[in-house]
Amino acid sequence: MDGTLTADGSIGRANRLKAVWRGDSGVLLGLLLVAIFFGFLIGPQFFRPVNLELMAIQTVIVCVAALGMTMVIVSAGIDLSVGSVVALATVVTAVLLRRGYDPALAALGALGAAALCGAMNGLLITRLKVVPFIVTLGTMLLVRGAAKGVAEERRIEAPLTWLNDLLRTARSGGGGFGVPAGIWITLLLALIVGAVLGYTRFGRHLFAIGSNERTARLCGVRVERRKLQVYTLAGIFAGLAGIFQFSRLSVGDPTVAVGLELDVIAAVIIGGGSLLGGKGTIVGTMGGAAIMAVIQIGCSQHGLPNWVQQIVTGIIIVMAVALDHWRQESFRRGAAQ
Amino acid sequence: MRGVRKAFGATRAVDGVDFAVAAGEVCALVGQNGAGKSTLMGILSGAIRPDAGTMILDGQPYQPREPIDARRAGVAMIHQELSLAPHLTVMENIALGVEPARLGLIEWRRMRDAATDALTQLGHPEIRPDAVVSDLSPAGQQLVEVARALASRARVVVLDEPTSSLTHADVERLFALIRRLKSQGLAIVYISHFIEEVKAISDRVVVLRDGANAGGGRTAELSPEMIVERMVGREVEDLYPRTPREPGEALLELSEFQPGAATLTLRRGEIIGIAGLLGAGRTRLLRTIFGLEPVRSGRITVGVYSGPASPAARWSQGAGMLSENRAAEGLAIGLSIADNLTLSHLTDLGPGFVVFPSRQAAAASRWMERIGIRSAGPRQPVGELSGGNQQKVALARLLHHDVDLLVLDEPTRGIDVGSKAQIYALLDRLAAGQGDSPPREGDSPRLPRGTVPLARPRAVLMVSSYLPELLGLCDRIAVMCRGRLGPARPTSEWTEHSLLMEASGAQTA
Repeated sequence: MDGTLTADGSIGRANRLKAVWRGDSGVLLGLLLVAIFFGFLIGPQFFRPVNLELMAIQTVIVCVAALGMTMVIVSAGIDLSVGSVVALATVVTAVLLRRGYDPALAALGALGAAALCGAMNGLLITRLKVVPFIVTLGTMLLVRGAAKGVAEERRIEAPLTWLNDLLRTARSGGGGFGVPAGIWITLLLALIVGAVLGYTRFGRHLFAIGSNERTARLCGVRVERRKLQVYTLAGIFAGLAGIFQFSRLSVGDPTVAVGLELDVIAAVIIGGGSLLGGKGTIVGTMGGAAIMAVIQIGCSQHGLPNWVQQIVTGIIIVMAVALDHWRQESFRRGAAQ
Repeated sequence: MRGVRKAFGATRAVDGVDFAVAAGEVCALVGQNGAGKSTLMGILSGAIRPDAGTMILDGQPYQPREPIDARRAGVAMIHQELSLAPHLTVMENIALGVEPARLGLIEWRRMRDAATDALTQLGHPEIRPDAVVSDLSPAGQQLVEVARALASRARVVVLDEPTSSLTHADVERLFALIRRLKSQGLAIVYISHFIEEVKAISDRVVVLRDGANAGGGRTAELSPEMIVERMVGREVEDLYPRTPREPGEALLELSEFQPGAATLTLRRGEIIGIAGLLGAGRTRLLRTIFGLEPVRSGRITVGVYSGPASPAARWSQGAGMLSENRAAEGLAIGLSIADNLTLSHLTDLGPGFVVFPSRQAAAASRWMERIGIRSAGPRQPVGELSGGNQQKVALARLLHHDVDLLVLDEPTRGIDVGSKAQIYALLDRLAAGQGDSPPREGDSPRLPRGTVPLARPRAVLMVSSYLPELLGLCDRIAVMCRGRLGPARPTSEWTEHSLLMEASGAQTA
């Protein structure tokens, strides 16, 4: 029973190894394997900076939304309304730009609308005590409908502004050091969210709520308030993803990003997040998003059709979770001995 | 059943028990919490496999591998918590697991007929077979369980604490039913904490204590006192250190507090125990005090703060609670020792709202060292620790938070004797105001404030089902029975015997 509990140094060392085994190394290893695989398939040009940048730009929308989703999933929640919020954000941005607002104000307006959507999720979950899956399934439709209503079921053309340069490289007129500003923003936010999860009271409370909500409540964590905060934040990140989406399209499109939430959830899950809560890291999530991007770009550059991509991604999702489960089991068996 | 044994890990839950019940007899099985009653009956009903021993049913060797084997052999169990599927109908519940079917299709008519037969035999034909179980009253639901036993042609029926959710009138009706079943030649095992019920219904009594037979005999020849003596039967061991304690100002005052009908004053430097049976409402009382359940009425004052408050507010008022259920509530099993230990008090572990994991681990390490938590380090997941070490982590949380009022629900449940002794010593030191251990020279100067307890007496309110520890540790003890808390009297006025008598609702001798 007490096998792992001695102060014995050798067991301590074994534990450190286990900590690595349990950490994010699995995702990064997976990313490496996938990258090497396509490297062989396509050749060294697969790793050219231009290609890497293309992958980053492709995945940046998923990544930003996944930052919020990671926090939500760590707290044992889920947010299915992400895709709809992205669409609403593109519409709001476009509408405000058309009315002649400054691009910064238009972006802020989009973020505000997205924050409201997130807060609505949080309020419904905490006040009505309905499970997050159902609430956000409802708001997924609700927000999508609202986006279509605001846009009057049309794409909204908007004048070109610097917002459209967020995901452009220096060569085509954007960001610093040859890397688009949007990628810098995403990396910065990833660092911040990673720090928030690991190094703040808010982050530790999210883990506690996700691991055992009753314990959190017993320990005086204001569970409802934390949930409201995390869903609002998730909304804001979805809004930012929407601004990036607008940046690429340069129109407000209420039908864009249908099903995006599933890619976002997949990134978190491949990265080691657990839908049961209490688990998930930003490094893992970014790795998960990167794996999906590599597969997508790799398949299309090798000339594989879209359906192959989808099959491969599906297999990766299931295998990643199964592998994670197996790792946990092997660890538990080790602990039981 | 002869020489039946079962060990869970190092704990011998049942150790060489003999037990027999004859047809047409009601045999009461009594014993304190943890005496092994439930384990023994679990073995009888096939839910638990014994390590040793033999069982004979109607002269045939009887070795159930699964509960369904026991049911087929005619052994039916009626549990303390109802084991019905609330969304299904009465007849579906009665037939559950043995549904009559032909070619895989349910024969609804046969199912309905069998249910009607069983309910008529019970004398309750008014319960409709197609009623949904969750629409029935607790007593009605229990009747469905009994009907299930009858429908499976049971010859041995085990009733485990059947009256805990029943009103007085329903208890009378249940007793009439038990007598009818007895006259039909069934063998009945009746498990109860309530001595007066045992006197009223049983023909014979079997007493278990610490997983072994502790006497028994014909009910008519045993007085309640004799039964209780056999249940207790042990000297209070000298596990319980007692440093002189000085009661100070009141830290918890309850007045006509509902739920629990509690009126109580707990002072600094005092340990008050609450005794009572499972289901007496002790946990509910503690949870309400701590703001985890709504206060119905009455007044509560914690320190200088009066009125109801949330758990978060209670912590900031200097109170901390230990849950009776480590796995479900007390600890986040997947998180590390450090996370669990510091969860209620993440302040002072970095500037502002920042928490440095290194400081978190340092704070946890200090407590782990002081109260002897054996682990591979503060970042080890709490779920990998033994029960005793887990409990010490949960208790260390209150020390880390530096609370003045400790509200403890079953602080030593399910842990080994060594850990128990350490917890007793710790509680004694806290109440006596010796702090934990005085801060030593050379302690890390980066130690967060608030983790070194000042040498001031604390107040402890503890619920326990283990009477020796209440008698050994507490200054005063109050008994809770059927949702009402009695007055807290000095421990010297109590004995195990009188506590048990009062808790079981029998007349105090």
